[in-house]
Amino acid sequence: MGLLEVTDLRVSFPTADGVVQAVRGVSFSVERGRTLGIVGESGSGKTVLTQSLLGLTPGGQISGKAMFDGVNLVGLDQKSLQKIRGKEIAVIFQDPLTSLHPLYKVGWQICEMIRAHDKSVTKAQATERSIELLGHVGIPRPRERVNDYPHQFSGGMRQRAMIAMAISLGPKLIIADEPTTALDATVQAQILDLLLRLQQDSHTALLMITHDLGVVADIADDVMVMYAGRAAEKATKRDTFYEPHHPYTKGLLESIPRSSAAADRLRPITGQPPSLIRLPPGCAFHPRCAYVMDRCLTDQPELQPVGDAGEHRSACWLPAAAIGLTDHADELRTQAVEMARGEKAAKVAEAIAEAPESAGTVIA
Amino acid sequence: MSDLLSKASAADPDLEDDVLVRVDSLVKYFPVRGNGLVRRAVAQVQAVDGVSLSIRRGQTLGLVGETGCGKSTLARCIAGLIPATSGKVYFEGRDITNLSRRAMQPVRREIQMIFQDPYGSLNPRRRVGAIIGDPFAVHKTATGGERKRAVQDLMARVGLNPEHFNRFPAEFSGGQRQRIGVARALALRPKLIICDEPVSALDVSIQAQVLNLLADLQADFGLSYLFIAHDLEVVRHVSNAVTVMYLGRVAESGPGDAVYGHPRHPYSAALLSAAPAADPDAAADRQRILLTGDVPSPINPPTGCRFHPRCPKAQDLCATDEPALRTTAGDPSTHLTACHYPVAEGEILARADRRVQR
Repeated sequence: MGLLEVTDLRVSFPTADGVVQAVRGVSFSVERGRTLGIVGESGSGKTVLTQSLLGLTPGGQISGKAMFDGVNLVGLDQKSLQKIRGKEIAVIFQDPLTSLHPLYKVGWQICEMIRAHDKSVTKAQATERSIELLGHVGIPRPRERVNDYPHQFSGGMRQRAMIAMAISLGPKLIIADEPTTALDATVQAQILDLLLRLQQDSHTALLMITHDLGVVADIADDVMVMYAGRAAEKATKRDTFYEPHHPYTKGLLESIPRSSAAADRLRPITGQPPSLIRLPPGCAFHPRCAYVMDRCLTDQPELQPVGDAGEHRSACWLPAAAIGLTDHADELRTQAVEMARGEKAAKVAEAIAEAPESAGTVIA
Repeated sequence: MSDLLSKASAADPDLEDDVLVRVDSLVKYFPVRGNGLVRRAVAQVQAVDGVSLSIRRGQTLGLVGETGCGKSTLARCIAGLIPATSGKVYFEGRDITNLSRRAMQPVRREIQMIFQDPYGSLNPRRRVGAIIGDPFAVHKTATGGERKRAVQDLMARVGLNPEHFNRFPAEFSGGQRQRIGVARALALRPKLIICDEPVSALDVSIQAQVLNLLADLQADFGLSYLFIAHDLEVVRHVSNAVTVMYLGRVAESGPGDAVYGHPRHPYSAALLSAAPAADPDAAADRQRILLTGDVPSPINPPTGCRFHPRCPKAQDLCATDEPALRTTAGDPSTHLTACHYPVAEGEILARADRRVQR
């Protein structure tokens, strides 16, 4: 039983153009002391998914279940949610400059967080506590810096201050939404190191939302790959990177330039993610999938166990044994496709093959 | 082309045949003005401070470094978008530093830029055809039907549907908008394209599409690229040579394999060790060098080696003497490092011994 158990969560937003189906039936769980990485490209629903848990998606229609420590977060009233937000579940956002108030001192903002949840703490006690926290997250001379405004902090220090605020009340779950995307590589390394250390010290559960597979490879235990509002694949970190099953996961891995294959041509996924208002029927990935079969055009696959271990699940009609990036796995995939590709799927596959990633004629 | 240039500029004294651009001790300071009536300059932001590099024909020079290291300023000086404080930029052997607007005009055809933000660099109120056709209009090289044909050829070449000629930028996705930027840069058949973080705003699968496109165009047109990015794996993938900058100076430069394989400057080593690799085993095995503190202010940079306050192996000498760029024993002659104590083969920086006051 995990700390957070999400079952069949759906979030949609009615707009003038139609209903945006941002999250379409996602289930996952996180345990204390573990890190779940949620990976996906822009518009895959990863941010909406976590924000909807905290009631941060105004106008969104949410259904499904999200049991956190015995409480269902879906449909919970604002007052009860307020008690959970910050205290039980803390969030660290991408951009620390916009998530800190520019007109208040950093220390004041941490104090406010502490005192909002526990009125019995005096201002002096809260200040002492925020100095301690700033020191804990590695801000030098915290006693002086506690009186600085956010603009006096560098990007890395602001993110450290956000982390100090997030851990101030000892939350059971931390949701980090692209916490290092706006930071430079050396600072990113510092912040990831800090997050990992804090998580291990206090046995917190961490939900790490990112588009960067490098960050996931670094700190996640398990990974959920999202595409068009659904989970495409769920597995341990090693399985995700070395034994991927879903063609989308495989495509993502092959799109990244790697040192081992420098100067080789990259193999991008052709086309672009679909509109969440007009989703393609069947598997949402089929218009970009090189392994498209007849079934993919009409039937939406659910997460199924693949590979040897039961933990590894993938939402794809390809045979369960076709995992990994080896030639053997590709053979299995090709065989399956040959058997199950009819006239309709062949047409789609043709269109994919004919839309080269950098098309056109050379003009002299 | 060269006769157009010869009127206004002097020849490069150290011209090598295959060098397209040579930058010699380029300096760019921005004044920090006081609040008084005269608004006198009270300090200088030393954005670029004595950078030399060269870009070879048909090759890609990767420029890496963190926010504020001066890489974008350097690129803008090379493109002539901002005047340099001192130093020289040679293009095809001709000095193009601080040319007048008029004298610069023909050079601009040869040097084009692609910017990071595909949303901010395209005018949202103009049609794509007009945006891509602008270079033809500015340089009066094609008009009317001829221009439209040229624009549609360009659109096809970068993988856009030529029938979308009349659409607005908002109707395109991020990756497609970046293709529009590429088509615009390509319009006048430049020799050099400066790519300032061209794929940073794109998702990985789209990023790979644009990188492949840039590679194809380089092969077809013999383009040279100055490629600026903070993603080290992307830079390694595209570059023949790499220059690492830190706080306005070159820390290390050389062939990509040499710099990535055996970084000699402790900063390059730290930067490479910090870059996230999409490979869990590699991430677990890596000896990560965590730098302390932040990049100092370029208004008042540290004395000696600018990296010394954060360097894991700084000694007293580093605080007083500025290291020159030179070849470390055993490296190819093109691999230069500005460090008194370059990182030795097999040295573990994470355990280095620091002997200087912070």
